[in-house]
Amino acid sequence: MNENINNVENEIKTDGLLAVSPSPHIKNGITTQKIMLHVIIALLPATIWGIIMFGAKAAVIVAVSVVSCMFFEWGTQKLLKRQNTVSDLSAVVTGLLLAMNLPSGVGILIPIVGAFVAIVVVKQLFGGIGKNFLNPALAARVFLFMSWSEPMAKFTPIGVADATAGATPLAILKDGTSSMDISLFDLFIGRMGGSIGEISALLLIVGAIYLVIMKVISLHVPLSYLGTVAIITFIFPQGGMSNLDFMLTQLLSGGLMLGALFMATDYVTSPVTAKGRIIFGIGCGLLTVFFRYFSNYPEGVSFSILVMNALVWYIDKATKPRVFGTKKAKAEVAKK
Amino acid sequence: MKKKSGFLTQLKEGILDNNPVLVQLLGMCPILALTTMVSNAIGMGLAATAVLICSNVLISLLRKFIPKQVRIAAFIVIISGFVTVIEFIMRAYVYSLYQSLGLFIPLIVVNCIILARAEAYASKNKVLPSAVDGLAMGLGFTFALFIMATIREIIGMGSFLGIPLFGDFYSPATIIISPPGAFLTLGLIIAVVQKIRNNAEDKAQIAKMKAQAMGEAKEEKDA
Repeated sequence: MNENINNVENEIKTDGLLAVSPSPHIKNGITTQKIMLHVIIALLPATIWGIIMFGAKAAVIVAVSVVSCMFFEWGTQKLLKRQNTVSDLSAVVTGLLLAMNLPSGVGILIPIVGAFVAIVVVKQLFGGIGKNFLNPALAARVFLFMSWSEPMAKFTPIGVADATAGATPLAILKDGTSSMDISLFDLFIGRMGGSIGEISALLLIVGAIYLVIMKVISLHVPLSYLGTVAIITFIFPQGGMSNLDFMLTQLLSGGLMLGALFMATDYVTSPVTAKGRIIFGIGCGLLTVFFRYFSNYPEGVSFSILVMNALVWYIDKATKPRVFGTKKAKAEVAKK
Repeated sequence: MKKKSGFLTQLKEGILDNNPVLVQLLGMCPILALTTMVSNAIGMGLAATAVLICSNVLISLLRKFIPKQVRIAAFIVIISGFVTVIEFIMRAYVYSLYQSLGLFIPLIVVNCIILARAEAYASKNKVLPSAVDGLAMGLGFTFALFIMATIREIIGMGSFLGIPLFGDFYSPATIIISPPGAFLTLGLIIAVVQKIRNNAEDKAQIAKMKAQAMGEAKEEKDA
């Protein structure tokens, strides 16, 4: 019976002679699929760099993560009898981001579980694309991190020259006992231990510039996020480093670049207005520095973005622009 | 004959259709806190069931004597009396369980399921149905605790009733036995239960519609 009703609806839609639709009536041809394709292109350089640095293991993790994300998307929608959206590539982006957030030595089970959490629990159960209130890849990363903290924090050292034996720059800074022996230049181009996709700040920035040029993301969130972190770390350096060195090390290490450029700018889980985006970015920055300075973990990017994700609804509500031609009703605002 | 079917429907109501935890969403505190191990969950469920049956019976007996204005206080006094009894019994006979449940045994006093059944059922019904209601709701509570603890213990600790199920190749997902995992698991279970209930409702509605327009539906099906 349901099928019959659906068929009738489709007939009305595809009739074509008299198309009745709400505004907007002028369309520019941007589809979810195209935007997601741009994001994938922007993420590829950093991913390929990770695969070059960490070897075939990393490639396997990327492949497993992407394929299982697509599978879970397809499977859940089949099971819940929803319209299938695998072809809009959003699951591929989620899988790619998830893999970029994993260390190269995690094995095959962890990316599959991560894909399940990201797609089924965080995305589809909340209603599918556009309705998730947390960034799926980040939520999955935090889930995995809390579940298997040991393999998730074991970073393979790169090459032989690095004597840091798996400790990331942030862990060294946090520990405070041994001194940093990775130069800032190495940090910038990505010769250090870390998750697959987060190590090369240079290639991530190149990808983000591509996205900005293609008008996929705006600069509000990345600039306010990175700016907040930069200012605070410049004023309050730790571990006996000079202000500038400490600031640059903090900016270039850990998942900050990946988070600020690609995770915090996710359409669904970031505010709509420019003002809201700046508030969102500053909040992310403050929380990231807070977690890095005071928490037990060396890294706080994923936690801070998730916390701000959860606040997006309130930020949107508070920064709702005035409708043209109306006056701001102060009493009403105060009441709310 | 009539009584028996009433008893069965009451049981089914308590365990499945109107499960206190999964449908009425009562008693969230023990279900979140005590479901890391199956043994704890069963112990808690049975202790609460015993208190629930006893308090339902006594409240039903006293329902004509308790003044309406102070009924909540009276219910709580009765319930806490039985909880104290259960606590001493557990301390005497199942000391290890008593120790691992700890503070949560006295907290049965404020378990909303027990108060809710006293208020909504026992204070309005006769003794026997009240006793059955206590049993049904208690078993429903135990059932929910058991399902949730089974899932959490198997995924989060890799064991069932303390017996390890997997070899070394499975390293358990510790988040499932930590507090966030409790909320996640409970949310997922409730989602599944709601989905099943919705489906059943849809089916019932479709059947109703079909019955109303039999001929038309048949034609549509054939087409």
